[in-house]
Amino acid sequence: MNRVLVLGNGPTAHHFADRLRQHGHEGPLTLLGTEPGATHHQAFLDALLAPADLQLPPPPGLDVRTDTRVVAIDRAQRRVRALVGEAETVFPYDTLVLALEARPLLPRLPGIAAPDGRLGPGVVVPRTAADRERISGESAVVLGGGPQAVEIASALAARGTRTTLVCERPHPLEERLGETCAAWLAERLERAGVTVLGGRTAVRRTPGRLHLDDGTVLPADTLVLCPSVVPDLELAVAARLLTDSGIVVDAQLRSSDPHVHAIGPGVEHEGRATEGPAAALEQADTLARILTGRGGTYRAAPPVLRLRIRAADVCHIGTPADFDGPDTRLVTLTDPKERRYARLALRGERVVGAVLFGLPGAIAPIVRSHRLSQQLPYDLVGLLLGWPPRSASDAAEPEARSLVCLCNSVTETALRQAWQAGARTVPALATATRVTTGCGGCGERVRELCAAWAPGRHTELKDAA
Amino acid sequence: MSELGPPLREVATHCPYCALQCGTRLAGDRETGVVVRPDDFPVNRGRLCQKGWTAPAVLSATDRLTRPLVRRRDGRLAEASWDVALERVAGELRRIRAEHGPDGVAVFGGGGLTNEKAYLLGKFARLALGTSQIDYNGRFCMSSAAAAGNAAFGVDRGLPFPVTDLQGARTVLLAGANVAETMPPLMQHLDGAELIVMDPRRTASAQRAALHLQPAPGTDLALALGLFHIAAVDGLLDRNYIQDRTRGFEAALRRAMDWWPERVEAVTGIPASDQRAAVHMLARAGGAYVLTGRGVEQHSTGTDTVAGFINLALALGLPGRAGSGYGCLTGQGNGQGGREHGQKADQLPGYRSITDPAARAHVAAVWGVAPQELPGPGRSAYELLDALGGDRGPRALLVFGSNPAVSAPHSTRVTERLAALDLLVVADFVPSETARLADVVLPVTQWAEEEGTLTNLEGRVLRRRARLSPPGQVRSDLQVLHELAVRLGEPASRYPTVPQEVFDELRAASRGGRADYAGISYERLDAGESLHWPCPDTPDPHPGTPRLFLDRFEHPDGRARFAAVDHQGPAEELNPHYPLHATTGRVLAHYQSGAQTRRVAELNDAVPGPFVEMHPDTALRSGVSDAGLARVISARGSMTARVRVDPTMRLDTVFAPFHFPGEGRANLFTHPALDPHSGMPSFKVCAVRVEPVSGVAP
Repeated sequence: MNRVLVLGNGPTAHHFADRLRQHGHEGPLTLLGTEPGATHHQAFLDALLAPADLQLPPPPGLDVRTDTRVVAIDRAQRRVRALVGEAETVFPYDTLVLALEARPLLPRLPGIAAPDGRLGPGVVVPRTAADRERISGESAVVLGGGPQAVEIASALAARGTRTTLVCERPHPLEERLGETCAAWLAERLERAGVTVLGGRTAVRRTPGRLHLDDGTVLPADTLVLCPSVVPDLELAVAARLLTDSGIVVDAQLRSSDPHVHAIGPGVEHEGRATEGPAAALEQADTLARILTGRGGTYRAAPPVLRLRIRAADVCHIGTPADFDGPDTRLVTLTDPKERRYARLALRGERVVGAVLFGLPGAIAPIVRSHRLSQQLPYDLVGLLLGWPPRSASDAAEPEARSLVCLCNSVTETALRQAWQAGARTVPALATATRVTTGCGGCGERVRELCAAWAPGRHTELKDAA
Repeated sequence: MSELGPPLREVATHCPYCALQCGTRLAGDRETGVVVRPDDFPVNRGRLCQKGWTAPAVLSATDRLTRPLVRRRDGRLAEASWDVALERVAGELRRIRAEHGPDGVAVFGGGGLTNEKAYLLGKFARLALGTSQIDYNGRFCMSSAAAAGNAAFGVDRGLPFPVTDLQGARTVLLAGANVAETMPPLMQHLDGAELIVMDPRRTASAQRAALHLQPAPGTDLALALGLFHIAAVDGLLDRNYIQDRTRGFEAALRRAMDWWPERVEAVTGIPASDQRAAVHMLARAGGAYVLTGRGVEQHSTGTDTVAGFINLALALGLPGRAGSGYGCLTGQGNGQGGREHGQKADQLPGYRSITDPAARAHVAAVWGVAPQELPGPGRSAYELLDALGGDRGPRALLVFGSNPAVSAPHSTRVTERLAALDLLVVADFVPSETARLADVVLPVTQWAEEEGTLTNLEGRVLRRRARLSPPGQVRSDLQVLHELAVRLGEPASRYPTVPQEVFDELRAASRGGRADYAGISYERLDAGESLHWPCPDTPDPHPGTPRLFLDRFEHPDGRARFAAVDHQGPAEELNPHYPLHATTGRVLAHYQSGAQTRRVAELNDAVPGPFVEMHPDTALRSGVSDAGLARVISARGSMTARVRVDPTMRLDTVFAPFHFPGEGRANLFTHPALDPHSGMPSFKVCAVRVEPVSGVAP
């Protein structure tokens, strides 16, 4: 009997536990909250985007201990020591899964903390769906310049909240997207109802207000802080598991102790930290399959930032290093009028990095071909601008290509011959060639041909000439 | 009306090909030639595709089988009398049964067989042979949709509404269905709707669409989950319907919530904005239908994928309401009836489960045997073919109405297994690729030479009528089964040879089952009544059920079921050796394995041989050129085909039709991974590479 113990009570842990059961794990499965207090199975943004009447409960049947605080992992004895209330309790395991959410680094901003040290009313550090309850009032300020801040500001505005996004750089996401795209993004956010204030910092929170360094005072019934986050590595370090930027795992998502696995934001695989919620989901899925004997290996998806906002289609692929390798070519296309932009880092016929803005039809295939390391089409401009495909270059079957009626394989030549033999109406042509008798989609085309071939029309054309 | 005036003594029947079963009228005879014209029947309303127009040519195929053939000692098939052929078969069957037990003999049926043949074939297998080893080619066709439909609605009828209902729709999603090529006359019912077509290829149907979603092969379920997600997040759910008429919503939605549009985009290659547009089109007022076809069904995850689309339809409140719905577009002529009457490994007539004691008792009573005499469930189609001639597998196979040497996946393996048999018997009307491998070939009637019934994609029971008497020594399949059964010691009365008598027995066997035909009779059908099952036998004649689910779904609590499905990816991932997806399918001019349509000159001229379609860049990078020969190679085998470049193809995908024999069999490369629920192989996606065929001039 494999006793699986999960440290963590956030979306990654819940997702993993749900999948493990789905894949047939019948043994004990317990989730321990590493710090007291209930957390939630859904990410904050998911909960924010969904209508209010669509808040899903956690997966049923999970054995979750929310009133615990994990003290230590005892790898030698394969057990975890935790405080349940005041009492120390020991949880033995056969397999331990660390599924810890990242920890936000709170900014030093006067007025955000209540006297007891907790966040004051109306101040939100968005982590899970439970934090959604902290949003109140008619105005909100989102503080931060990263993807999370942009996505949350956009979702708040869509809910009808008067929303301001405040960031230190002139425009949000500028270091990833570059000046042009970041400016366009700010413009699109403004159009979607988000007031964007770049180049400012917040200096103080007072009830219902946020004060900026330039003296601006913003209405802020809710203040959403989107600070940078760090993985929660204390327990892993104390247990002397191999860690770097996160807990180091192999393709089986195993840590340096084969009985301890790790998934989620605190994990490093092949030198790279887990980035984004999709990667955490994939790790949870993969580990659930591995632990139920379904096989599988984890391969990290390449780093892709694809904003979940409706205001603009924005995508960033790769790391800064991907854009300036010695054998990398950079291709940039700017269409200021339509607000379309593409910057591709190419190695051979493959894309290794990209910034894409306003190109929804190109983002999808480029992300996929990057993910699978596939070659790009030769017609790169057509791909980026969404031009229709070129027609096939040669005419190996010209007859087939002049088909008027696919259902009955009737070519224009055959129709002309029937016409010359006396079939001068659509029904007569139908009788002679079966044109129009299948799906009927060619009816219009046959009427046009009849009109074009009609003697009267020839006369008119002649007269006109 | 033709200028020659109405032909005399026309016979009203139906086209021999697809499940649309277009109404046709036949005139003429063998001497003057049979002439077909489309009837004003609701599904086709006076239209026919090229296959339908040219169907009479199959009646006079130059290599029509007219006498039994028996393989001689020198290995050649030679003509023989019926007595010799049947005695040979019966003798071998007796010997094999004595040596290997009843499961030493297997039966493989077809979705083109009439209801009467399918029914009698199942009875013959269970009683005369006593074998559990019977399945049919519908396993390669409808099984995923059937499994998902049963789970969701409590019953599986391809379309739970008449096709004419589609005329009132504002939006129709065709998920993996290329109706414009596979069922052209159906298109007239879709003229009024805006189409969303989901297909990795820009098919004839996709060209007619208001919105074409072109996913990477094998990612359909991710898309279905994403569409469900959008419906929920964008506030388009029909909450009252979900609460009143369904179960399992939350568990299903929980899976879908992990598939936000931008994640789906990265997996499928479909822009998030197109995904949103699709859902909003389906959710707007005016009526919407979600229809699935083989494109989403023929996967090792086919059942889950169909369930994903059913989830979407349920979330929007479409099924079981006038003017909207979900349906699956059945493929083979009698694909619907063929899966209801007992030629499936796990089924008894009336769409009954062979493991259900009540069902066994009912059918056993109709057949006059004890329930324990009925065998249990057998292997599904590919498992059955895969086991042939092996250690514990059957030693003999009887094939009726199917050509698995071409149509089954992983053809190399299937051909090898067929060759390993002690006895292969094929009943067909032309020497199909499977018949050529047989030890005994039995010539049987085809469509215009026989009476019977078929059940079309709407669950409507139709009469097939004879225009001609069979040529030469051709016998009906019913006669063949009767003769064999008697030779195996069965009472003659147990195997009627008159179709109407078989049908009347089928009615009794189906009575009270999910597919209840008890109230349907030849008399009622011949009087022109339109009868959709279920049609129980009631004191006042039951009018049949054109529309299911209007009041309740068929589960005991009356509710439909969401399914908590998730996307796992295809059985075979791309890799450096096999960097392209291959997908297989159909062309307009051919039907199934092509055994019939390749014998029609006009159709053969339209598409004379195997081809492989790919993007011009893919061709260039693979070193092949348009109209040149290429080999499509997978880890299992390779096919040879002429290249067709098509700039609308995805760069990572090639397509080949599966209608052709020999080296042109697309199934030489397909993957036999099976769906755990339906037994469906993975016809629609596997990993391949393309290479030029050297030394052959294009």
